[in-house]
Amino acid sequence: MSVLTRTPAPLDRPRMTRLRGKARYAPTLATMGLFLAMFAAGAVMYPGFLSGQVFLNLLIDNTFLIVLAVGMTFVILTGGIDLSVGSVVALSMMIAAALLQAGWNPAAVIALVLLTGATFGLLMGLVIQVFEIQPFIVTLAGLFLARGLCYVISVDSITVTDPFFTSMAQARIPLVGTLFVSPGVVIALVVVAVAFYVLHQTRFGRTVYAIGGGESSALLMGLAVPRTKVLVYGISGLCSSIAGILFSFYSLSGYSLAATGLELDAIAAVVVGGTLLTGGYGYVLGSLTGVLVLGIVQTFISYEGTLSSWWTRIVIGALLLVFILLQKLFTRKVRLT
Amino acid sequence: MSALLRHRLTWPVLALVLLLLLNQLFRADFLSVRVQDGHLYGSLIDILRNGAPTILIALGMTLVIASRGIDLSVGAVAAIAGAVSCMYIYSSPEPASLQTAATGVAIAVVAGLALGAWNGFLVSVIGIQPIIATLVLMTAGRGLAQLVTDGQIISVSNDSYQAIGAGYFLGLPISILIAAAAFGITGLLTRRTALGTLIESVGINPVASRLSGLDARTITWTVYVFSGLCAAVAGLMISSNVTAADANNAGLYIEMDAILAVVIGGTSLAGGRYSLVGTLVGALIIQTLTTTVYTLGVPPEATLVFKALVVIIVCLLQSSRARTLLSRRRRPVTEPSRPKVAA
Repeated sequence: MSVLTRTPAPLDRPRMTRLRGKARYAPTLATMGLFLAMFAAGAVMYPGFLSGQVFLNLLIDNTFLIVLAVGMTFVILTGGIDLSVGSVVALSMMIAAALLQAGWNPAAVIALVLLTGATFGLLMGLVIQVFEIQPFIVTLAGLFLARGLCYVISVDSITVTDPFFTSMAQARIPLVGTLFVSPGVVIALVVVAVAFYVLHQTRFGRTVYAIGGGESSALLMGLAVPRTKVLVYGISGLCSSIAGILFSFYSLSGYSLAATGLELDAIAAVVVGGTLLTGGYGYVLGSLTGVLVLGIVQTFISYEGTLSSWWTRIVIGALLLVFILLQKLFTRKVRLT
Repeated sequence: MSALLRHRLTWPVLALVLLLLLNQLFRADFLSVRVQDGHLYGSLIDILRNGAPTILIALGMTLVIASRGIDLSVGAVAAIAGAVSCMYIYSSPEPASLQTAATGVAIAVVAGLALGAWNGFLVSVIGIQPIIATLVLMTAGRGLAQLVTDGQIISVSNDSYQAIGAGYFLGLPISILIAAAAFGITGLLTRRTALGTLIESVGINPVASRLSGLDARTITWTVYVFSGLCAAVAGLMISSNVTAADANNAGLYIEMDAILAVVIGGTSLAGGRYSLVGTLVGALIIQTLTTTVYTLGVPPEATLVFKALVVIIVCLLQSSRARTLLSRRRRPVTEPSRPKVAA
């Protein structure tokens, strides 16, 4: 009933953007082109860059960021934002490390961590939906809460010595020749595949796109808007806790200050991957490419040797800017025709 | 009485008073202010002094939020301001002179204005959403600050520079006086002239404001420049208080504190109305909360949990949904003709 009484937003909303036909793929294709160009440039500039393992290492070093970017893509597609992901990653690592130290079974630990992350996200989604508070401020509070809870668990770093976690950290899955990936890469790619299926083949996925395209229209179409909006934050929370587990596999410890600012990297990856921040347009595969672009920036800086680590942040900021401007250009051009 | 209850400053002020009383319960000398060496001392003065940078940044943030924007880059701008001024003083031939300190401060202020202008350009001319436009500088800014300091913590020893954050004038800490002056000037400029109303009208509807002859673009641009200026001065206070520029940790999470202060003070994040006094009260609540955590003997690391809970409660109280729920419970039969709606 309350759905019908709500006044629809005026049609000339400035945030309404239209990308039709092939133009829908333009931002994502631009990112893929950029990635290939950067990889080619690296191959020319540095000996030994053009190898399959350099590419695979991009995946191995960024498994957690890939999963985070997938969750963030869902949220941004609905026009929302989730600032809490970095803290939830840290919280997941802390819970896992503390419980493993207490002698819990690793399977139970992983299940509990995933449950915590998903519940945390769902609660934020509920507050956003039921009390109509901006996602920005709710997830900001979530950022504080999760980070604070990390400190409550322990101020010091906790080392993970569990045999299952260490075996996951050291395991190598051989591919053709001498190439290999880590188990984390497989998990991250499975998450990407599942997200791809959910977004493009299910009713839920189409509702996500519909909300981003125009929430009032989606409501008037009778789509399950409130439920979907709560669920995307649940998905983002779940992805954050998966990322936390992957980060634990990678770093074998839990530390309260871990993953600070990771939410910015995740948002940057999604934006660079071609997802419109106003919602409605974007692809998980684009976000995956976005992560790879950020990863290759890092690889470049470590190959260069003379460049200090802070150049990473500056370059990521600049890339973010360029892609936002590109988005602006694409959407404006299409609107004129 | 009901008018008082409905006033948007009532709840924040009440919260602040409660927090102060709570502290007084646990530490009997909490509210006392004594004079020592011609300076005022006491927990209340400490709260004001430590809260001065937050108050300043929240001041700039209030106007930005009133224009329906947000500035996430203030922490990074504060770090850059501290970095450039300390770097200048550090590398100048006379690192202890007043003139060097003044030039360093001027450079930092110009840097803050320039960074604010950059944000304003992205938002008002290019038309990027404020969260994203300022996210660029938030991401790149700390890198820029590290670039300036070459990744080092730059320590300076200059008495005039140190006075900004740690000095006293007429018995009061100078940082409090700066924050108070900024507060007074902003209040005069926006509330005694039409400027405040113009900012609010841009926040309510930028298109309608432009059509009614308002230069919405310049107003939007101005609030970001002002926010950059406030952040730069706050950055000077932070770095001068510890006589060093720390590109990584100076002003870390201060954008969050400032936004919380603004929201607690009753300024709507949707733009269109703001309260400078509310922001002041909000910033004091944030700072008192931090102090309370220490007084209560809770591990200081748990401050974040407290802050998060306060934000959630305040936001819930302010949301229109919660208000309707509350008032419906108080007055169950105001509209008898209305059918019962399950929602």
